[in-house]
Amino acid sequence: MTERILHTGNDTVARAAISAGCKHYFAYPITPQSEIAHYMARELPKIGGCFLQSEGEYAAAYMLLGAALSGERVMTSTSSPGLALMQEPLSMMVTAEIPAVVVETQRLGPGTGTGGQQGQTDYRFVTRGVYGGLHYPVLAPYSVSEIFEFVQLAFHIADKYRILTMVLTDFVLGRMTEYLELKTFDFGPLPEKDWALKGKAHKGGRSNFLFTVTGMMLDITGFFQGQQEKSKRIIDSETRWETYKTEDADFLIVSYGYSARMSKGAVNTARAQGIKAGLFRPITLWPFPREALQQEALKAGKVLVVEDSPGELVEDVELAVQGRVPVHFLGIQARHIARAEGLILPERILQEVRELL
Amino acid sequence: MIEETAITKNLVCKTPAFRLLPLGFCAGCHYGIIFRLIDEVLEEMELKGITVCIGGGGCSAMGAMAMDVDAFGGPHGPGTAIASALKRVCPDNFIFAIQGDGEQGAIGLGSFVAAAVRGENITIITMNNACYGMTGGQLAPTTPLGMVTPTTPEGRDQEMAGFPFHGPELVAPLRGVAYAARGTVHTPANRQRSKKMVKTAFQKQLQRLGFAVVEFICACPTNWRLSPVDCARYIEEKMIPEFPLGEFKNVEKNEG
Repeated sequence: MTERILHTGNDTVARAAISAGCKHYFAYPITPQSEIAHYMARELPKIGGCFLQSEGEYAAAYMLLGAALSGERVMTSTSSPGLALMQEPLSMMVTAEIPAVVVETQRLGPGTGTGGQQGQTDYRFVTRGVYGGLHYPVLAPYSVSEIFEFVQLAFHIADKYRILTMVLTDFVLGRMTEYLELKTFDFGPLPEKDWALKGKAHKGGRSNFLFTVTGMMLDITGFFQGQQEKSKRIIDSETRWETYKTEDADFLIVSYGYSARMSKGAVNTARAQGIKAGLFRPITLWPFPREALQQEALKAGKVLVVEDSPGELVEDVELAVQGRVPVHFLGIQARHIARAEGLILPERILQEVRELL
Repeated sequence: MIEETAITKNLVCKTPAFRLLPLGFCAGCHYGIIFRLIDEVLEEMELKGITVCIGGGGCSAMGAMAMDVDAFGGPHGPGTAIASALKRVCPDNFIFAIQGDGEQGAIGLGSFVAAAVRGENITIITMNNACYGMTGGQLAPTTPLGMVTPTTPEGRDQEMAGFPFHGPELVAPLRGVAYAARGTVHTPANRQRSKKMVKTAFQKQLQRLGFAVVEFICACPTNWRLSPVDCARYIEEKMIPEFPLGEFKNVEKNEG
């Protein structure tokens, strides 16, 4: 029987990474996800891995890049302002096709924000890719079990396509404790890492160089064509979403992360009250499940986007629906209290559904 | 006429097997001499098979691109952070980073000092050409007082831009640093002395003694707006008085 344990989301990030064969982790402390670093600092030395606390997030992401050059599975984790500092190295990694996993436990607000409390204000920030016009996949779990699965899946996607892959969680998911089944996953075969920089003696005397300087490439359009083809392969094969009670739904809620969990509660209560509500949950935020969402939206005829932000996911939903059905929005003003501890609770979502019916 | 055998007999060093030629440096630039020197040391120490070179952004990236070893390059400034992590993950590889003076003393100063503080077992080669070569010769941390650059049109003034940056001397007192030195290649004798510095610095990594840095003073004729010969004179008269040559630290065993 599969072992079942109680685990927090943040500890699960670390545990999942180690289960995926990640032995090297680089990070700088930042609330609300420093527990990931605590776990790694404790566990990685036991398995001959490397834990290194960097001099900042910029350096942490460059350390991630440096370690990833070896072809080993490596990870960093951070929260919103830290991710801002990582933007240059992340773009470098996407450019030079150096795979690694970044876990972003988003925290509320711009600037320093609330100092690390719940919110979903980084959707746009992480789904629009890196500077330079390229995307990377973003997986959005909504439970501890999914964190365990998606962190491991992220390593697989990263290695499969040689691309930086992100897992986006939030304060609520990171800090909550749930039952977790320690399942093992087989995501399929992976290509050999013949590009890894381990010294040319490892490659029969043939040296390799990985460069981020596209200006030195002879074929700029060819570079972008290769990247676009890769994006297309990812869009075709890795776009993921989940529907919940949408078969006969005439009201569709669209949500991700912790607010999707709340929305699921709202759907259950609505059903008990005879309202045919359903939930559409994008799992990959990039690539966004546009076509699947459009179909469900057209079927239901009415859409409500629920996210703990001023409105970011709603933009992708509007793009997917293309004005063919009305798209309503329930955002950060719907919190049960106005302070940083506020949450968008199922009762509030249900109230909105009733008003829009 | 010299016979072919005579040449073979007097061969002191193979021509470096660069991956890309020509190197693309400006006429009179010292980078080509320095990259060849590094290549010779790697060859002589039989390190090429296990070496990974981390190049920077700017002119130094071209050298890293050309050397026939595994290499990464492009980002401007974080070479010490990249090299630190790679060395920790692959302790049996030989990892060295090439940095420009602006990378080390300005944008990457934090990572440079942090890696030295941690005593990372890596080797750093610094190219001090007193300016930002690739972007047009602007003020660098290492620009001597009085030097005219596009961003110091009246010459570097300490009131406005402070005093020149000395990387090796800055980190030499740190306990994690095994070796810190500065050399030049503007005369054959200095080239040979500098080569020895690189060799010593590389040995520190093989002996796992900690962080090592060798700075090269190098000419940038294009941005200094001087002929190669006048550049050598400028190095003698202005650069060396500001940036003393020699070893600032050379530890034989771990300070623990």
